Amino acid sequence: MTPLLSVHGLTKTYGAQIGCADVALELHPGEVLGVVGESGSGKSTLLSCMAGHLTPDAGEVVFDTRAEGPRDVLKMSEPERRMLGRTDWAFVHQNPRDGLRMGVSAGGNVGERLMAVGARHYGEIREAATDWLARVEIAETRVDDRPSTFSGGMQQRLQIARNLVTAPRLVFMDEPTGGLDVSVQARLLDLLRGLVRDLGLSAIVVTHDLAVTRLLAHRLMVMKGGRVVEAGLTDQVLDDPQHPYTQLLVSSVLQV
Amino acid sequence: MIEIDDLSKSFTLHNQGGATIPVLDGAHLAVAPGECVALTGASGSGKSTLMRMIYGNYLARSGRILIGGLDVARAAPHEIMELRRTTLGYVSQFLRVIPRVPAVEVVAEPRLAAGVDRATALAEARALLARLNLPERLWSLSPTTFSGGEQQRVNVARGFVHPYPALVLDEPTASLDGVNRDVVLTLIEEAKTRGAAIVGIFHDIGARERVCDREIDVTGFAPARVA
Repeated sequence: MTPLLSVHGLTKTYGAQIGCADVALELHPGEVLGVVGESGSGKSTLLSCMAGHLTPDAGEVVFDTRAEGPRDVLKMSEPERRMLGRTDWAFVHQNPRDGLRMGVSAGGNVGERLMAVGARHYGEIREAATDWLARVEIAETRVDDRPSTFSGGMQQRLQIARNLVTAPRLVFMDEPTGGLDVSVQARLLDLLRGLVRDLGLSAIVVTHDLAVTRLLAHRLMVMKGGRVVEAGLTDQVLDDPQHPYTQLLVSSVLQV
Repeated sequence: MIEIDDLSKSFTLHNQGGATIPVLDGAHLAVAPGECVALTGASGSGKSTLMRMIYGNYLARSGRILIGGLDVARAAPHEIMELRRTTLGYVSQFLRVIPRVPAVEVVAEPRLAAGVDRATALAEARALLARLNLPERLWSLSPTTFSGGEQQRVNVARGFVHPYPALVLDEPTASLDGVNRDVVLTLIEEAKTRGAAIVGIFHDIGARERVCDREIDVTGFAPARVA
């Protein structure tokens, strides 16, 4: 089975400071990979390098494209990469304001991504937008409202709808449930689990919340100081951690 | 179906002075299709550790755990995921409750993951919950607020809804009343009849005598103590 994404030797430094060093990973279709570690461990740098928001110093990010099979994304032309970012890839930001256009209606936010890939029929775009708002549990009556009038949880669900409307195969998520109330978090996690299973999505989810990874991620990668210190099945890494740092992380979680 | 050979396990506690606790050494067992084997031994002897290793939840230090031809001790994560989806089921002692997910969905999930259509998966889940006498009004609720016995029945249903060829059962009849204990034991007998290989921990001696063909005392796999 060809991996959907395979990363080798990915390295990014900020002067003398290591962002991430020699990271390798493989993601198979339908898999969700969680990336955990404390602030400054390099998990967000890694995500940004893979998603093309940062240029790494070294390494390969090979994506199994629909048309041409496996290709190193870092060697693609800028227009090619941008096309990928609008079609097969999606990026869910921690802060929905970074992923939404706050001055455009909810329906417009979802429809815009469809128009960027060539959809022109207004009725169809609106129908697809309304359908996606329903899937992320936003009432049809709010389709013409701006996201600035939405709660934080609704904004995050809208950002997910905007990202998933083009049926991407790979979704990058940066702390998708960060900054949300616990009850809202649970609702969002449940929604994401369902979408991953029903659409066969693959995703890389960066989070510092181990409980989130247990619910959402099949596999887990633990980072410290820019390096991957441990990786494996999520329940195995959480229940039988091998590396001293992972043992510390797991034992530091407060039981409720 | 399940073949364990020269398996050992120890835990290293890096944040407690690097203490190493050996748990199992040279463990071996084989379970044929249609057979149910009980693990016995005092608390702390490594029964649960062995079961978790079979499921890929704990890493082996050395040895082999062959399940349907795949060596779990060496398999890549996506191979273990596939094994759990198709071949290997696990009924733990406690249900990991997911907020907002109704009981019937919790039970149907393994079938959906195996590619069964939604309507069929839900129908099978309802049939099993009914057999386990879980009141129908609870099916659409999240098990978060269920009693211990109710949660355990959801857990058992989730483990038996898919016809796994291999099953690991950790005290499947714990916290159940007589009627439901009997239902669970019948489910185990049916699984054996269809050819499932089963390893389990049964503190309930009557249950063990009814469904288990053999007992293996894991005390025999204890590492030699260095005096």
